[in-house]
Amino acid sequence: MTFPILTLIMLAPAIGAVVILLLPKERSDAIKSVAAGSMAMSLLMSLFVMFSYDRVLGGFQFIEKLAWIPSLGISYHMGVDGFSAPQVLLNAIVGFCAVIISWYQNDRPREYFAFLLALISGVFGSFMALDMFLMLIFYELVLFPVYVLVAGWGSKNREYAAMKLTIYLFLGSLVAIIGLLAAYFRAGNTFDFFALRDNIAALPDTLAFQQFWFPFIFVGFGVLASIWPLHNWSPDGYAAAPTAVSMLHGGVLKATGAYCGLRFGIQLMPEGARLWMPILVIFCFAGLLYAAAIAFRQTDLKYIIGFSSVSHLGLVLLGLTTLNELGFNGAGIELFAGGVMTGLMFSLVGMIYERAHLREIDQLSGLSKVMPVAAVGWVIGSLTLMGMPGLPGFIAELQILMGMWQKSATLSPIGNSLNWHYAVIAVFAVIAIIINAAWTLRVAGKIYFSEPKDPQLLALPRLDGLEKFAIGLMCAVLILVGVMPNTVMSVVQVGVQAIVKGLGLG
Amino acid sequence: MGFEEFNYLEFASVAPEILLTVWGTIVLAADLMSKGGIKRKTLGWFAGVGMVAVLAFAWFMRPDPNTPVQLGGMIRNDVWTWAFRVIFILGGALTCIASADFRSIRAGGEYYALIIFSSMAMCLMAASTDIIMLYLATETASLALYLMAGFQRGNKLSVEAGIKYFVFGAVTSTVMLFGLSLLFGLSGSTSYGAIAQAVRFPDYRVPVVFISLLTLVGFAFKMSAFPFHFWAPDVYQGSPTPIAGFISTASKAAGFAILMRFFQYALPETISVQVGSGNAEIPFIWVSLLRPIAILTLLIGSFSALAQTNVKRMLAYSSVAQAGYVLIGVAAFASLQGDARAEAAAAVLFYLATYMVTNIAAFTVAGVVSQKMGGDDFKDFAGLGRKAPYLAYGMTAALLSLLGAPPAIGFIGKLFIFRSAIGAANQAGAGTFDYYLFLLMVVIGVLMVLVSVFYYLGVVRAMFVERAEGDTKPMLVPTASSAVVLVTGVASIIAITVVSGYFWNVALDAARSFLGLG
Repeated sequence: MTFPILTLIMLAPAIGAVVILLLPKERSDAIKSVAAGSMAMSLLMSLFVMFSYDRVLGGFQFIEKLAWIPSLGISYHMGVDGFSAPQVLLNAIVGFCAVIISWYQNDRPREYFAFLLALISGVFGSFMALDMFLMLIFYELVLFPVYVLVAGWGSKNREYAAMKLTIYLFLGSLVAIIGLLAAYFRAGNTFDFFALRDNIAALPDTLAFQQFWFPFIFVGFGVLASIWPLHNWSPDGYAAAPTAVSMLHGGVLKATGAYCGLRFGIQLMPEGARLWMPILVIFCFAGLLYAAAIAFRQTDLKYIIGFSSVSHLGLVLLGLTTLNELGFNGAGIELFAGGVMTGLMFSLVGMIYERAHLREIDQLSGLSKVMPVAAVGWVIGSLTLMGMPGLPGFIAELQILMGMWQKSATLSPIGNSLNWHYAVIAVFAVIAIIINAAWTLRVAGKIYFSEPKDPQLLALPRLDGLEKFAIGLMCAVLILVGVMPNTVMSVVQVGVQAIVKGLGLG
Repeated sequence: MGFEEFNYLEFASVAPEILLTVWGTIVLAADLMSKGGIKRKTLGWFAGVGMVAVLAFAWFMRPDPNTPVQLGGMIRNDVWTWAFRVIFILGGALTCIASADFRSIRAGGEYYALIIFSSMAMCLMAASTDIIMLYLATETASLALYLMAGFQRGNKLSVEAGIKYFVFGAVTSTVMLFGLSLLFGLSGSTSYGAIAQAVRFPDYRVPVVFISLLTLVGFAFKMSAFPFHFWAPDVYQGSPTPIAGFISTASKAAGFAILMRFFQYALPETISVQVGSGNAEIPFIWVSLLRPIAILTLLIGSFSALAQTNVKRMLAYSSVAQAGYVLIGVAAFASLQGDARAEAAAAVLFYLATYMVTNIAAFTVAGVVSQKMGGDDFKDFAGLGRKAPYLAYGMTAALLSLLGAPPAIGFIGKLFIFRSAIGAANQAGAGTFDYYLFLLMVVIGVLMVLVSVFYYLGVVRAMFVERAEGDTKPMLVPTASSAVVLVTGVASIIAITVVSGYFWNVALDAARSFLGLG
């Protein structure tokens, strides 16, 4: 057995959480140091995994496999491929920054950091699990800390938002579980990803089976990826959640929804995906356009960012609907870059709100004089969102749109026509991106670069070193990936090539 | 009855039951002899810890699977019996400790002695392989429960619960006794083994169907299965809450234990049906009886639970629905063959054990709330998430496990049950009536899980979303209850899931020993 680095990445925050719970309540510095320390360890190990992933060899690496409940075909099976390795790193980056951003959380810090670390640990697990049962356990374990954190440390309307969020995600997961159990029972009573994939493909009525059950799994997980019209929990949830939770939820946890949809939906049932994707693409596109339009009209800063994360996931899902290499590549990069971008934007909004206690953009002005670093961070985040060349958003969006063009030239499974609507959607998706550009610039202009109207705003406390560090780290990641896209691209490509090849769709 | 085979050393096999009887007497005597009686709290802990000690002893008294002690044909002390014994003693111990905080019982030693005697009788129910033993054990367990259900003498609901439970129980057990007496008339023996030899199917087709129906009345009452579930909500609501927890778990499990033992050992009659290319022996009567009962129990329990405004009544109907899930497993067990049959029996055992731990946690929380708030309606749970967050988390864990959401242990339990049902469907062969019926049972089971989301999460919603007056002030949670909730809540959600492979193997051993597969 090799060195269990994935388990350690996943366990480091969990162990941190246990240590924190054992510390006395009053020692909040020690609590925060333990939290930051355990996340730093995860971050370093994730970097190691990302950069020592063998790009020539490809496939799943760092595999760990132990029998767990053999009689149910359940094993402890972890591993990452080119698609999930960057997402593990993403979780480590955003998680680390979320802990740093929460440094001044002085309301019951012990419980807060323990739940936050438990959440991060669960997300790590969902990205790494290659056993469906293990994945479900991590997936559900995430829901609980999210509920507690939003309900216990959120802002106005927090109980309502927390319950709404939890119920949506829980019901979504139940639908996905039904689909997964159907696969389990039909395909040889095993939860192992590889065995399931092969067994499903070998079923005598595999086509009908996949076509029937695919939507359960994909839409079930799609709820977490805020697929339209099941996205409703998302803006409410993010408006109420504490900053760090919004960062993690919007940036990373939603990504697990899309990721699980790919791994346990598309990869297990490619024929089902082929039938349903031309239909689902319409919903994904509607989500993208709708969220962009709402964000444009919204005046509450937290809601704006909430909708922008729906928009970001809309792009990822569009990439997944193409079922080709270009689209998947784009989705992989967008997951990573968009995740960091969402984390960055949420953290900036959180910083403003915690200082000024204002969320309406009309009430805010001239903040670039108070917090210039935040203004720079906002601009970089906005440029990523709108797909400016030189930032990773461009690479991602370009590939997604190209993937859609390519898909539009393939034959549709329904009727005997081409998937021409992909091309139409690709054109209109550009409009959504332009709307995104419009509102981010409008917000930047209004709150950062306008003349300060309110003298009280000028007296706000400045950003301190830790906050600048977190912003700097996330901006640096975005710029680095934008300038040298190959750092992430090369890994994602290896993963996507294998995935698309495995789908076996002509 | 084979007295000649009797060996006094064999009494060692019922040592845990003997110890329980002694312990119950000691608890009773200790309370009587001490001046002014022992304080209620001390007594609860005293009784409970003693039962834990008996539990530890019973755990190490695991019988050899191949040579079970028969005690003159009265019982069969196999691993199956042992597993149920562990379940019942654990349930009794938790109930004693949870009762320590329950002020309105104002109970002395007799209350705890009744719990202990009832657990003892349930152990014998699981073991009995003789009509007389079956009836005596069942009645001993039930009489103690009737008394305990009506223990809050000042409370009208509790008295009503006691009377209702008693009347229902007396009628159904009389019907069962009538069935058993017919069986004695047909075979001339009270021992299951002799009955199985004497009452062969082709000759006794009509009486066997009739007897099955009559005895099933008694079993269904204990299991609170349709159509004998009507007592459950009223009795649960009126009983002292820890007792409601005990009735809904240990007593229900005992019902399943006698059901499976009776049909497996006394009426193992089979008919030959075509399976694929060959023939299989299928116990025709009880499969055909149990499947509709399972479906109806599931449907009626789930939909009735939706309409409740009282948490204990909701839990009562939910426990009816849970019985439906177990019955799916029993029906699968009845029609499967060989190793798959053992696996189905193990699934039933596993489900009952995990269900007991979980449901006792839920009832303990309900007990604390009813003590503190003076009621156990949904509205009394409002704001619990703020007043006593860890109690509310424990309740959430228990409800999620009852619901069957991963990673709670309830998910694995349901998975085992559904897997057996699908195995039974596959054994029947695609396209047959049995195939579709078993698939239908699984589909209904899954749909009812979705329905149950609404009533279980209704409590969660009340606890965390709704506000109540004075919910900013923390609520003082009594220690004994929190100990029970901690042990059962944590166990139900994480610990058993992680080591469920181990418990599954234990259950499988028990099932193989039950079926004589070694």
